[in-house]
Amino acid sequence: MAELGSHIATRSLPLSGVHGGSSMVRLEPAAPASRISLRVRAEDVPALSSALGVDLPVKPKTSAYANGRTALWLGPDEWLVIDEGESGLMTAAANSGVLHSATDVSHRNTAILVSGPGAAAAINAGCSQDLSLDVFPVGACSRTLFGKVEIVLLRTAEDAFRVEVWRSFSDYAFGLLSEGARDAAL
Amino acid sequence: MLLIHCPYCEEDRSELEFRWAGEAHIARPENIAAISDEEFAEFFFLRNNEKGLTYERWRHIHGCGRFFNAARDTISDRFLMTYKAGLPKQPVPVAEEFAAIAEEKSVETWEQTEGDAR
Repeated sequence: MAELGSHIATRSLPLSGVHGGSSMVRLEPAAPASRISLRVRAEDVPALSSALGVDLPVKPKTSAYANGRTALWLGPDEWLVIDEGESGLMTAAANSGVLHSATDVSHRNTAILVSGPGAAAAINAGCSQDLSLDVFPVGACSRTLFGKVEIVLLRTAEDAFRVEVWRSFSDYAFGLLSEGARDAAL
Repeated sequence: MLLIHCPYCEEDRSELEFRWAGEAHIARPENIAAISDEEFAEFFFLRNNEKGLTYERWRHIHGCGRFFNAARDTISDRFLMTYKAGLPKQPVPVAEEFAAIAEEKSVETWEQTEGDAR
């Protein structure tokens, strides 16, 4: 049997190597991460929260972060859980012992990090949501539209966002963000 | 841009995030195998297509993904209210105002027969 080490396929990100932005906005592809799309009934949320080590938020448009994992509220019974470290998300969910649906979407999504003083303006180039700090504070998240594609938007800092997008749409999203970044610097 | 209030996100969002999903409050027959073809056609195909106040299902497809019900005025395209799916038909808060508008428009008698397809 061949030595495994040298034969494992290298994982290439759809946006690997691209960079962009303007004097006001910095655009960069996020590091690979594990993600699950999670559907849970309201009564089973506490069990899943303790199994995953992060409290699933139940308030609309909010997210929670703990132990390297971010849980984003997408709908009344739907969450996106992102783990930046070594995964184990699926195993953790499976060990919860309660009824749920978890789908590994690590490779379906990729993410673009948008930061800088013009970050909100760049995203607003294709997204109609109000991104002012009192309506969309740090930690707020929402599934929404960016131009023609669906994204999940998460505010990670006052001037930084994480844009989760399906990998086949990432080229389009990055292109539109680049245009928005240029406009934000005008 | 039209803003629609999503009862699950508890927020006004752009119409782009929503999708229309037909007339609301259509109850599926208890025993669908027992009904006649005419009754099935009535339930399955025929819709009121009302002019004025209409109750519709909408889906926040690019947001929380949930279906909900909306009362909409098809003349002005204004959303009068939205409420969660599963709730019974809700009274519209601006009903009197709406009735007055409808009365004002009632001179166009030829158009009023349009909704009588049944």
